[in-house]
Amino acid sequence: MSTASVTPARQQAGALVDDVVRRFGDRVVLDHLDLTIADEELVVLLGPSGCGKTTLLRLLAGLDRPDGGTVEVPARRAIVFQGDRLLPWQRALRNVTLGLHGPDAEQLARDALAEVGLAGRERAWPKELSGGEAQRVALARALVSDPELVLLDEPFAALDAITRRRMHGLVRALRQEHHAAMLLVTHDVDEAIALADRIVVMSQGRVDTSHSVTLSAADREASVSREDLRAALLADLGLAN
Amino acid sequence: MTEISPHPAVGEAYSPATDAPAPATDTSAPAQAREVFVAAGSRRTSAFTRWRRRLRWPLGIYTTPVVILIVWEILAELGVLGPTYAPAPTAIARTAAQLWRQGVLGPDLAISLRRAAIGLALGLGIGIVTGVIGGLLSSGENLFNGIVQIFNTIPILAILPVMIVWFGINELPKVLIIAFGAFVPMYLNLFAAIRGVDQRLVEMTHTTGAGRWRLVTRVIFPGAMPGFLVGLRFSLAYSILGLVAAETVNANSGIGFLITNGQTYLQTTQVFVGLVIYAILGLLADQFVRLLQRVLLQWRPSYEAS
Ligand SMILES: Nc1ncnc2c1ncn2[C@@H]1O[C@H](COP(=O)(O)OP(=O)(O)OP(=O)(O)O)[C@@H](O)[C@H]1O
Ligand SMILES: [Mg+2]
Repeated sequence: MSTASVTPARQQAGALVDDVVRRFGDRVVLDHLDLTIADEELVVLLGPSGCGKTTLLRLLAGLDRPDGGTVEVPARRAIVFQGDRLLPWQRALRNVTLGLHGPDAEQLARDALAEVGLAGRERAWPKELSGGEAQRVALARALVSDPELVLLDEPFAALDAITRRRMHGLVRALRQEHHAAMLLVTHDVDEAIALADRIVVMSQGRVDTSHSVTLSAADREASVSREDLRAALLADLGLAN
Repeated sequence: MTEISPHPAVGEAYSPATDAPAPATDTSAPAQAREVFVAAGSRRTSAFTRWRRRLRWPLGIYTTPVVILIVWEILAELGVLGPTYAPAPTAIARTAAQLWRQGVLGPDLAISLRRAAIGLALGLGIGIVTGVIGGLLSSGENLFNGIVQIFNTIPILAILPVMIVWFGINELPKVLIIAFGAFVPMYLNLFAAIRGVDQRLVEMTHTTGAGRWRLVTRVIFPGAMPGFLVGLRFSLAYSILGLVAAETVNANSGIGFLITNGQTYLQTTQVFVGLVIYAILGLLADQFVRLLQRVLLQWRPSYEAS
């Protein structure tokens, strides 16, 4: 197993995945995968279930080590997991301050909660929060440390369509504030089109295709080029008919 | 919630109902079965419900004990229960008051409480320290788990003779027995509780950049709190068991001595005074832990019986 080491960044990249291999037993889940995320870029990762999206995200988060190749990420990074993973025994505010130190930690956490629209809910227990609210607390916890790279693993998958659209608006607003690179994993093609600067599709352990999305906000909602992109993505996923 | 008790099959552990209610396969009456929910209290109630509500457990969990006491009192007054067999509750209370005035009960109670307190402090202290070390470090696990598992299979009563041979019949063996009773369940429950903390939360904590201290104080310890309180409850119960055992087998003071004395002189009422005091101690200990649970575990979405 290779070890983590701090090296000076070779380029201004949000993240650099170079020729990475990850095996579980005989199964090769990531097969010489390459992926570069530019500074402040939002990349959406699409792929069928079980293709290795979470595996890649865990490598980028430093929760797992590759069997081959290199992963280079900023030291200041944060991850939002598929479930909210809040500590049930801490109130919302203390969940956000988990990784913070210093006298202004509490104020930073308050600001982060206000940013995700949860001002006034600082003292709520996780059991008192709705699914969307809990996920927003998790988002606040990730953003409060001002990360250079944010990894999101299907963060809105468990939410209803209306709440999900609100969360998309929130992500767009947060991108104005936080100049972080983001990698967002999703199953949802429409979510990908709504948010991405670039959409990459994974299959057989590699990044298969990459689509840059340069549509305006309105065009992302409804336009001919949006439908073309959607059709292309569905074809990449093997869902075209 | 992980629960380990020194004795198997202690009621606490329950298995969640895994089998979901079977879908209604009866097609003869499909649309009729409906349920209507309205705000509590706004529904018109039948005479039976009103009657039942008025009668509803006025004393909470103490209802049944109080009912038993009343029945017991009546049976004793009627002479169904002989005074040497089971004296009336009022007679027990009178004797207790009398013993207190004679200056017998007070000092004995103080001595018993002091033994319990010292033994508990010792047992809980060692149990918590070793439990935390064993839970957090694998070397701690290797150091302590084997020996505690062996202790766990030895009944308190069985080590009493050894204690007397080693330490005589002074205070030390009694305190050690109580400490032993408190230590074993505390260690086992705390160890299991720490190891049972959700690994996904531990992993999440690492990604926030929190250090080891944060991890332990904000994730591991609070996460282990339910199991710790279960351990505390067992510890208190078994330390009282140890107290009874130690005082009954050999003592020249304390509540146990009061009981042995009553037995020797056929003072059944005095025996019952001692038993009642033990029972009250046990009850107080349990209520104390329940209170702690209510305060410390308010974050937990738990089942509340209606
Ligand atoms: N710890 C592990 N041990 C063994 N196999 C694993 C492990 N983690 C992942 N895998 C395997 O690697 C493959 C990819 O898993 P991964 O969780 O990355 O999928 P995914 O793309 O995130 O899928 P989904 O969209 O369903 O979340 C799966 O087939 C899984 O069985
Ligand atoms: Mg996944």
